[in-house]
Order: sequence, then C-alpha cells, then structure tokens
Amino acid sequence: MEIISKIILPLFVVIIVFYGVKKKINVYDAFLEGAKEGLVTTFSIFPAVIAMIFAINIFLDSNFLGFVIKLLSPVLGNVSLPIEIFPMAILRPVSGTASLAIVNDIFKSFGPDSFVGRLASILQGCTDTTVYVIALYFGTVKITKIKHSLWVGLFADLVGIIMAFVLTNLFF
Amino acid sequence: MVGYIWAFLIGIGIIYSLLSGNISIINESILSNANDALKLILDLLPIIVLWTGILKIAEVSGLLDKFANFLNPILCRLFPDVPKDNKALGYISSNIAANMLGLGSAATPAGLKAMNELQKINPQKDTASTPMITFLVLNTAGVTLIPTTILALRVAYNSASPGEIILPAIMATACSSIAGVTLDYFIRKRK
Repeated sequence: MEIISKIILPLFVVIIVFYGVKKKINVYDAFLEGAKEGLVTTFSIFPAVIAMIFAINIFLDSNFLGFVIKLLSPVLGNVSLPIEIFPMAILRPVSGTASLAIVNDIFKSFGPDSFVGRLASILQGCTDTTVYVIALYFGTVKITKIKHSLWVGLFADLVGIIMAFVLTNLFF
Repeated sequence: MVGYIWAFLIGIGIIYSLLSGNISIINESILSNANDALKLILDLLPIIVLWTGILKIAEVSGLLDKFANFLNPILCRLFPDVPKDNKALGYISSNIAANMLGLGSAATPAGLKAMNELQKINPQKDTASTPMITFLVLNTAGVTLIPTTILALRVAYNSASPGEIILPAIMATACSSIAGVTLDYFIRKRK
C-alpha cells in the first residue's frame, strides 16, 4: 500500500512529460504557461484565504468548541478526537478555503503526521465543496428547483467523511 | 450562504470570548492571523505552481482529452437519458477528467458547458433534470487522484511522508462517489 502511495506522483509526472515529448509539443513552454496560470490562481484566492483564516482563527481561539463539547459530553461520551475535526467536516462542503484554514490550524497544533493530521488531510482531499458547486452550476443555467441533488451530494460527503475516518484507522 | 457562515464564525467567536473573559486572546488572534494567511498562501504556492505547470503539458499534448475519451464509455452508462452523440457527454468527461487530476481551473468551464448542453435538452427549464443531478453528484463527490493543495500543505509542515494520504484519499473519494451515484440511481428508479 505504501509503495502505491509513493509511486502515484512520480508515475503521473513521467507519463505526462513523456507523452508531451512524444506528441512533439514544447513541454518546457507548456510547463511555464501552466505555472504562470497557477501563480495567478493562487494569488487570486489570497483575499478569500485572509477572510477565512480571520474568521476561523477567531472562532477556534475563542474555545467556543470546547464549551459545546462540554455541553454535549453527557450525550457523546468522551470524544477522543481533537474537536477541530468537527467544524472542518461541517464546513468542508460549503467552503474549501474555510476547511483548509482548519487543516492549517490542525497541522500547526498536532503536525501533519498525527492521527488527526492525516484524517484532516484525507478529508480535505476526498470531497469537494458540494454546496458551492451546486449553487454555481444550477445558478448559471437558472435552475431553481434542484430536487434531491443537494441531499444526495451531502450524503456522498458524509460517506466520504466516514470512509476517511475508517481508512485513517486502517492505514496508519 | 458563505457570508452568513463567515459572520457567524466571527460573531460567535468574539461574543463567546467576551463572555468567558478571553478577549485578550482574540485581540492577539485578530492582529496575527493576516500573517497566518500569507504564510498559508506561500506554503501552497510552490507546489500548486509546479503542478499546474505539469498539468498544462497534459492539456496541450492532448493527454487530458485522451483521458476524457477513456472515461467517456463508463460515464455514458450513468446518463441513459442523454443521446449518445450529445455534446454534453464530452464536456462531462472533460470535467471529470480535469477534476480527477486536480485541475479545477480547467474543470469548471467544461462543467458549465455541460450544464448548458443539458439545459438545452431539459423539458422543464426551471427544474433540475435527471442527468444534471447525476452529473452534479459525480462532480461534488470530487474524485481526485492528486490532491495538490493538501500535499503542498503537508510538505510545508515537514511531513515525513506527504504522499501517504493519496491512496486512502482516492479510496475514500471512490466510496463517496459510488454511494452518491447509487443513492441517486435508487431515487431515480423509485419515481
């Protein structure tokens, strides 16, 4: 399993580059063009990142979550997971930037190779911003009756969250 | 929607810390977190730029289209209501292929074109059609082979093995996609 994880990235790079060479395109120019686009994209999300880090940090630093967990502890029993993972799971379908801000926070406190660090990584990597995508895609074609799409999308996210938890336990 | 959540997070955070007497922490937090944001962007930048460069090669060389063509016959089965020669199917394949490679910027335009084509064959223009719902379920489950952003962040925090989460993430995303498509299928059948 570990080998497969390690081989995916180099395999992708080698296939992409050699296919480009085989098709006789200028791979170097193509790379530079793409890299430039990536630079523009990354800087264009900077305002959103500032906004989300700002809100998430205030929320997490206030320790409101600790208060909520204390209130819920008679119901939930003792939660052995760092509590940051709960708002992350809730925010993931709504805003990729918000959940990324929480991942950043988790890495800072617990490190990327901790259990919760790995769980957060898999969670961030395995689903998309369902609510945002549905709003954008239906919005552009002016559809107002979205039927069961949102619920099925959120159900898929929930399965992703559960699987992320199961697989983190299985793999590490 | 995001606006309300944003305001909610800030409001709850500040009001709760006022009540619990922790306001000095929030004071520090407000002043320091713009720096955190800049650090996060700088952490992400190198690998995202590198990966978009690599993927541009795949786009220009036609490898992305080839990958989309490979996905096409599989995806066609999920959309029995769409005629085989409809342009929407091609756009759907491109969208899913680009999403799988983590190429969000190429995925969105193809996805929006797919929605436009599906809207043309939609009998009720204000209501989501069956293929639209299936497409969005597939899209939002977010089948990603290379989660670039999270890899970049793991590298920045000196993970001993940044790529170790790739395989479990692919497996989790596969499960959530299959679960979503299956549920959608059963809802469709029942009606």
